Amino acid sequence: MKKKLFFLISIFFFCLVSLKAVTYNSEPKIFVQELVDDAVKTLSDKSLTVEEKNEFIKKIAIENVDIEALGLYTLGKIRKDLDENKISEYQVLFEKYFLKSLTSRLTDYSSQKFEVINSEQKSSNYTIVNSKIAESIKSPEIKIDWRVFTKNPQKPLIRDLVVEGLSLARTQKEEFASILNSNDNDVNALIEKLKEFISN
Amino acid sequence: MRLKKIQILFYSLILNFCLVLNANAQSENECFEKVSRGVFKFNQGFDNIILEPVAKAYNKLPEPIRNGTGNFTSNIATLLSIPNHLLQGEMRLAGHATGSFLINSTIGILGLGNPAAAIGLENQKEDLGQTLGSYGVGGGCYFVLPILGPTTLRDSFGMIIDNNYLDAFARVTWHEREIKSMSGNKLDYVGVKAATAVDFRGDNMVNFESLEKNSIDLYAATKSLYLQDRSKKIQNSSNSDDDSWGELDK
Repeated sequence: MKKKLFFLISIFFFCLVSLKAVTYNSEPKIFVQELVDDAVKTLSDKSLTVEEKNEFIKKIAIENVDIEALGLYTLGKIRKDLDENKISEYQVLFEKYFLKSLTSRLTDYSSQKFEVINSEQKSSNYTIVNSKIAESIKSPEIKIDWRVFTKNPQKPLIRDLVVEGLSLARTQKEEFASILNSNDNDVNALIEKLKEFISN
Repeated sequence: MRLKKIQILFYSLILNFCLVLNANAQSENECFEKVSRGVFKFNQGFDNIILEPVAKAYNKLPEPIRNGTGNFTSNIATLLSIPNHLLQGEMRLAGHATGSFLINSTIGILGLGNPAAAIGLENQKEDLGQTLGSYGVGGGCYFVLPILGPTTLRDSFGMIIDNNYLDAFARVTWHEREIKSMSGNKLDYVGVKAATAVDFRGDNMVNFESLEKNSIDLYAATKSLYLQDRSKKIQNSSNSDDDSWGELDK
């Protein structure tokens, strides 16, 4: 009985610790540096399985990326014509799509030196944090700009990554727009495509 | 002489066409999407069967060979950048590019090494499409060329002029003109362009795989990336400001 109780308490504490939100500094520049350092540390940890790494990436993405806004942005102007139910359906699928594609992109991660260089406050809502991944044998230096949403200064959220001038959010938006355009702006066509991607 | 006049007339007509389209359309508009999607599929097949396997084999070569290839093709591309820097009025960059070409072609042993970078000379790639863009000429409509890939009316017009007039390497090889007792042939031109493509494909192996794996419309994603990249190169800036983010916060 005692053993059982001890086991249950251990499980409870383990869950508590693993579910604890990872909180980073609210200053955008430090926020990005801490977030990336944390991700790099986990992704390069050889004792963790791919599934454990994926779960970690999903967790920090849910907490630190403005997935809801990203979903609305990538939907484009059509979002104004949709009812709440349709948007909710789309948002649920978009989050799954985003997390699946994010973890898939990071699977082949190889440890490289990451450095935050500068940050510029564009407005009360946005700060752009400039960073770079140092040159390595495999690839040249890569510049990455982070669009950080700072409407709530205590909880900055990432909205876009601009890699060497190429915005990931914009690329996604234009990809979705192409699907919508070729289907008379029917959001159901996009929803079907997202379902297809998630189930594959 | 008459042929030259016809050529000039032809180019002026294309340029006019670009300018008219620019006034009426955004560069993200398609010229003929269905055909372009078909050509894109053909290019994907070409990539799967030829380019990707060759690039994978190329990536297995020792690093100095790959670096040497990258430097060599990049040095040759400088010949096209120099006149375009001048056309853009970028005298400093034209000086850097000229210095880089001279140093790399001599001390760098035919461009295999890149000692110019070590002494701080910039070698930014430019072409006529970028030059026209810097003068405010829009892309016109977008389409995909077999093997050559994504382009716009402006960029394909620029490519024709570059090849015929501005690119000294193309004039010596593709057009087999002798410049200062240097000569070449079409095979040299195709060889260098093929090496450039293989080097680029090899460098971006992971990026291509990731894009293919995560796109639900690869054609549209490629188009977006091409247009963003061209815009970045024309502005010589890596900033990507999109006002439509602001609409979300109203």
